[in-house]
Amino acid sequence: MKIFHRPSWSNLLLGLLIVFSILFPPFLLNSDYSYVLQLLVTVGLYMILAMGLNLVVGFLGLLDLGFMAFYAIGAYSMALLSCAGFGFWATLGLSVLLTMGFRLLLGAPVLRLRGDYLAIVTLGFGEITRIVLNNWDSLTQGPKGISLLTHPDVVPITFFGFHISNNLNFYYLTLFFVFVCATLSLRLKYSRIGRAWMAIREDEMAARLTGIQITRMKLIGFVISAGFAGIAGGIFARSQNFVTPESFTFWESVMLVAMVVIGGMGSVGGVLLGAAIVILVPEMLRSLLGSGFVSWRYFLFGLALVLIALYRPQGLWPNRRKIVELE
Amino acid sequence: MSIFNTLIEQLINGLTLGAIYALVALGYTMVYGILLMINFAHSEIFMMGAFVGCAVLTLCGALPAPLAMGLAVVGAMIVCGLAALGVEKLAYAPLRKASRLAPLISAIGVSIVLQNGFFLWRDDFLGFPNVIPERHFYFGPLHFSLIQLIILFSSLILMLGLWLFVNHTRFGQAIRACSQDREAAGLMGIPVNAMISLTFFIGASLGAAGGILYSLYYGSIKYNMGFVPGIKAFTAAVLGGIGNIPGAMVGGLILGMAESLGAAFLPQASWKDVFAFGILILVLVIRPSGLLGERTAEKV
Repeated sequence: MKIFHRPSWSNLLLGLLIVFSILFPPFLLNSDYSYVLQLLVTVGLYMILAMGLNLVVGFLGLLDLGFMAFYAIGAYSMALLSCAGFGFWATLGLSVLLTMGFRLLLGAPVLRLRGDYLAIVTLGFGEITRIVLNNWDSLTQGPKGISLLTHPDVVPITFFGFHISNNLNFYYLTLFFVFVCATLSLRLKYSRIGRAWMAIREDEMAARLTGIQITRMKLIGFVISAGFAGIAGGIFARSQNFVTPESFTFWESVMLVAMVVIGGMGSVGGVLLGAAIVILVPEMLRSLLGSGFVSWRYFLFGLALVLIALYRPQGLWPNRRKIVELE
Repeated sequence: MSIFNTLIEQLINGLTLGAIYALVALGYTMVYGILLMINFAHSEIFMMGAFVGCAVLTLCGALPAPLAMGLAVVGAMIVCGLAALGVEKLAYAPLRKASRLAPLISAIGVSIVLQNGFFLWRDDFLGFPNVIPERHFYFGPLHFSLIQLIILFSSLILMLGLWLFVNHTRFGQAIRACSQDREAAGLMGIPVNAMISLTFFIGASLGAAGGILYSLYYGSIKYNMGFVPGIKAFTAAVLGGIGNIPGAMVGGLILGMAESLGAAFLPQASWKDVFAFGILILVLVIRPSGLLGERTAEKV
């Protein structure tokens, strides 16, 4: 796998985008644009989540309608462990492990379910997780949520001697993990495991006959994807310093599926694009429409979803390899 | 009140709720049966049914209550059936040959559009006209309110009608043929697209009736009211074995009962959904294709 396989315009653009995303944000600090920075952190977190879901939906071909449950588990692990006094990096690691553990526990019994039965079971797990978080008052403080008092010093950065706020820290932290997860996704895609996943996606029976251990491969996919969700959840909990069950509804899970499909299932770049679009379009519409028509923005967003599905059913940035196969 | 009385009362509540879930679940299961697609917009059709019913009842305030109710139900069923037909033509039909997730995204989009369309119109709770008088009936230890009887009775009629339609008419036969094998049905001269439209129409009109009954039971409507019963009905359809009509009915009843028993006997009523979804997961782990679902052979 080489990202910079050959010099081309798209790679040049990608490089420019990377440089831009590293250098630009500090200029947003000294004005009213700190909300833009916050928004960019959100976009990054959803990119990580969508890449995680993409392992399951895009590579393995299994529909998961409850992925936010693992985001929630990551976020709550982070919040609770931080309250118990662990340091940031230790907590992040532990949250990821916990999230993966839960996924193993929840994933193993239901893997033999097929297609939409799996979808509804994951939906059920998502709802159960949210309801437990909402009602287990002694642990999670229920609907009030958990608020953390201190901002941790995650990555102490001095930027040409400027004072760097915590928002910027989280921006760079998120950006770092977006790169890590993207690299991992691409690595996985072209690895033995990734090939096995895609074989399962195309034809489970044939894959089984070639000697692929279906259950083990599916479990590996589930667990790694949960790891992505754990990272995003951990960063989310710390960057907000506040978690409530409100943030992890079924609706969020559905939007994640939309990001993966709109971008292009199985295509890492596409999924990143999908996440950016689904988060940014309603926000851009907010400022574009002016105060009188703000409430139109989700209406228009829904229309956009329908149009994208109609005119680009493969996604905006389809998985190139699959097209080649189909030809 | 003894445990026994509570149990009976909760069973009747559960039966009422379950009848509504079953009606709505039929829409999911029929569309799934014929297109293999989860129609996310069905919960918005349910909400639309409630709104149209509310509008008709408000307009017909002067008419006697049973007539107004009848008009509301029939009106909502027709309007929502036509709306679903339109949605199918515009947003799903062009995607017949696309990958299976593309229509899913389209349906999510339609759902957002419909929900926010109604949000733009009315963003608050709206009282549903209270046309049914408060009356109670006792049959030995059983105790029904008039509303519960009406809900049970009308959903029974609708489901019976559907059963007769699907099993004993030519259209029903054609729909069943399409859901078994669309291409082969087409080759036999069945107008597949028309049958899909018919399926959408029927499913949506049952969903709309469910919406009206649900709002009669709870008394108020809102633009996002379809979401929770929508998930529940979908769950019910899967519980029974998705694509299977009697399965949707059984699934709906079981889910409704599980929920209301859960609400009564669990320490906090809000745990009831955990109970309902827990039952779903348990059933699917034991019977991976639902209660009445057929064990499909693996395609090679």
